[in-house]
Amino acid sequence: MPGAPRVGLFATCLTDTFFPATARAVVRLLERLGCTVEFPMEQTCCGQMHYNTGYRDAARPLAADYARTFAGYDAVVAPSGSCGGMIREVHPELHGSAPAFTHTYELSEFLVDVLGVTDVGAYFPHRVTYHPTCHSLRMLGVGDKPLELLRAVRGIDLVALPEAESCCGFGGTFAVKNADTSTAMLGDKMRCVLDTGAEVLSAGDNSCLMHIGGGLSRLRTGVTTLHLAEILASTEEEPWAPTR
Amino acid sequence: MADARSTVLGRIRSALADRPAPVTIPRDYHASRPLGDLLALAAERIADYRAEVHAVTADALTSTIAARLAARGARRVIGPVDLPPAWQVPGVDWLLDSPTLSIGELDGSDGVLTGSAVTIAETGTIVLDAGFAQGRRALTLLPDYHLCVVLASQVVGTVPEALARLDPLRPLTFISGPSATSDIELDRVEGVHGPRTLEVVLVTDA
Amino acid sequence: MGTNPVTWLGTPAFPVAARAALGDTQLRRNLRKATHTIRDKRAKAVEELPDWQQLRLAGEAVKDEVLSNLDTYLERFEAAVTARGGVVHWARDAAEANEIVLRLTRAAGAEEVVKVKSMATAEIGLNEALEAGGVRAVETDLAELIVQLGHDRPSHILVPAIHRNRSEIREIFQREMAEAPASDEPRALAEAARRHLRAKFLSARVAVSGANFGVADTGSVVVVESEGNGRMCLTLPEVLITVMGIEKLVPSWRDLEVFLQLLPRSSTAERMNPYTSVWTGVTPGDGPQQFHLILLDNGRTDALADRAGRQALRCIRCSACLNVCPVYERTGGQAYGSVYPGPIGAILTPQLVNDMHDKQAASLPYASSLCGACFEVCPVRINIPEVLVHLRAKAVQAKGKRTPEAMAMAALGWVLADPKRYEAAQKAGSLARYLARGGRISALPWPGSKWTAARDVPAPPAESFRSWWRRTRG
Ligand code: SF4
Repeated sequence: MPGAPRVGLFATCLTDTFFPATARAVVRLLERLGCTVEFPMEQTCCGQMHYNTGYRDAARPLAADYARTFAGYDAVVAPSGSCGGMIREVHPELHGSAPAFTHTYELSEFLVDVLGVTDVGAYFPHRVTYHPTCHSLRMLGVGDKPLELLRAVRGIDLVALPEAESCCGFGGTFAVKNADTSTAMLGDKMRCVLDTGAEVLSAGDNSCLMHIGGGLSRLRTGVTTLHLAEILASTEEEPWAPTR
Repeated sequence: MADARSTVLGRIRSALADRPAPVTIPRDYHASRPLGDLLALAAERIADYRAEVHAVTADALTSTIAARLAARGARRVIGPVDLPPAWQVPGVDWLLDSPTLSIGELDGSDGVLTGSAVTIAETGTIVLDAGFAQGRRALTLLPDYHLCVVLASQVVGTVPEALARLDPLRPLTFISGPSATSDIELDRVEGVHGPRTLEVVLVTDA
Repeated sequence: MGTNPVTWLGTPAFPVAARAALGDTQLRRNLRKATHTIRDKRAKAVEELPDWQQLRLAGEAVKDEVLSNLDTYLERFEAAVTARGGVVHWARDAAEANEIVLRLTRAAGAEEVVKVKSMATAEIGLNEALEAGGVRAVETDLAELIVQLGHDRPSHILVPAIHRNRSEIREIFQREMAEAPASDEPRALAEAARRHLRAKFLSARVAVSGANFGVADTGSVVVVESEGNGRMCLTLPEVLITVMGIEKLVPSWRDLEVFLQLLPRSSTAERMNPYTSVWTGVTPGDGPQQFHLILLDNGRTDALADRAGRQALRCIRCSACLNVCPVYERTGGQAYGSVYPGPIGAILTPQLVNDMHDKQAASLPYASSLCGACFEVCPVRINIPEVLVHLRAKAVQAKGKRTPEAMAMAALGWVLADPKRYEAAQKAGSLARYLARGGRISALPWPGSKWTAARDVPAPPAESFRSWWRRTRG
């Protein structure tokens, strides 16, 4: 992409509302890497929860809104594997194809595949483990990209998460419709996280992090959950600080 | 009321009212692939499933059969009608399937000796097709010990190569090791209803 | 038509059945051990084949070809079987199939049949129907035998007794067998089953089997197995009755080269299963001299009529999707209330039942976190998550617009459809931070309580990202 790419940020409704620090980190990171970032105010939600719960008709206008809102960008970046998957894999089926759908990237894909960087100049002196999240892994196929990015972070003590590819049990409304099964899955995921001795659990999706983090917080484990963007945005000059 | 056949076919036709687009079947999987020394691979893969393999040259076939049966202590041994006379080594009571052996005779024997039709090296599978020196299917099922002769010319590399050689109108039995089960804790153990011991004589120059 | 026996009467909806199963410590441990063992082995068996993805694509295409011309292939198959001395019967539903088996068994003068493990006969409740007709069905597959002797229900499509560990199996055998094993070593247990069934095999007049594949061109039928009980049933009795779902066909003999590679590696993680039998009609002097083949619909044509759902009929019953499923791994199979549990069950059972007003069946498509592990391993590339979501939409439609959930979803949709309403809701919601203690909320009213029963919720921040952007960049 010649010159500074004009990137639309699709914050996702969850991150916009509950985890603004993640979206601020994406802006900081992408600007540091030379992108022009814009946040079109017309955006709301990709419709994933409606769609996955069986309310397809409610998701359809949201796909149309998305196509319109992000029509003019070189690329759209979403800090979420599941929303990215919804947009790229499902929106075309709901709305017909649109450039905004094909140009949408999950953050690590955008960094590695589009910008071609793995070392983003980050500094993060903490013990971290990474949960790959199902939709990033299996729907988008981001593979090892997040780990490549993390390995290049200075000061990081990155430890492998056992049974990393197992679902954390979130699954959108699954977490409440099948709360018992979801909790059983969460329990095993937390055990694996705690086994690593990490102080920070990271992932590329705040929905899974909210789920695992909700459990880790309830049990007062002291483990913090932190989106990949926030680790990558952290530098020696401006290191990450736990504020919300 | 319409009969079941026309009802089911009618349901299918209305279910397919959208006549899905014709399908082309991609055949770019490997019909064959370089697998190195097929005989060595066959021996290794058959042995992987706990079958004993004895690779010998043709001139040692008879003595190997005799030695294996003796080692096993097999005295009453079943054979198909067309079991080559040379394979019917002395010192053994041969029960050939003519007149047709009873279930009791098969069950009460010490073992069975047969040839085979095709062997798949990659999977360690021996296929019987009721052809030469194999007999009907029950012969290799009831005896607890199966000694099976595989000729080098019968060994192919892959599953597609094997199927191309076989005639599905004959009764076929694909055998990969002795009978086994994974039904307890999804872990494989050998030895259930089929022969619990499978031994293979692989003739490397025939 | 009565109720389809594919689901068990009286089983509660999945979330309730799952709750009970999750509390069963022994079950949890048995399932975890078995599923984790097989997962690693499957991955290794698959890695050995460099053309695995090509084989999956071919498997998918072969099955799609059959489904798109199912009428033609069935007629071709029927003609070939008949030409080789077999007798073909058609069954619209479970009751009709059961009735045919019973009639044929009586005609053979048998009071007992030996059975090879078969999902089709489990689906139609054949054993119960035979019993009601005075005929005893003896299951000969080890796991089926464990289920039968334990007066239990199956919990897996390949290994129906996967929920039992070795010591439980020994206890069942000790209760039910004359010569029970002293040890709980799998080898000793297998030996006990061998002794228990030997006499039955040698004296059986009638056998009942399923079929893994039928070859339309040649009329050949294929049964894939491990123990040799299949060979016993397919070879020794005088009469063989095979019950086969209408979707089990492949067009030609050559097509099996794909499935004989996909199936064993996906199911028992072997390069090849110990025994595969292929027969065509009747072979004079070799095996059963009477062969009956029953082609079973029982809801399959309903599934076929659903464009998005019909891919479930590609299934070759390998069970890989069950073994990798995080939900199945924890709840086991019985919570699904059907002989088809796990991911494939969650899409197949509701389609065979074909009634989204059936609360139990309608709960099954929700028994998934949509993690996609099933799709990744499925040898015929059934996009199970896609079908799950499709069936959820059908379930929602059946429930109508007046449920609390539908109304909440509609309200939320209305909010999200307009950025201004969305922002206003965000601001109102952010007041919830006053509920928070130390940055977290630990109790919400229903339905949020289902979340907060086990997990905290982060307190909404004072400023959304949107507000921050407007303040700093706007
Ligand atoms: S759906 Fe696919 S993975 Fe599951 S049992 Fe069927 S063929 Fe196997």
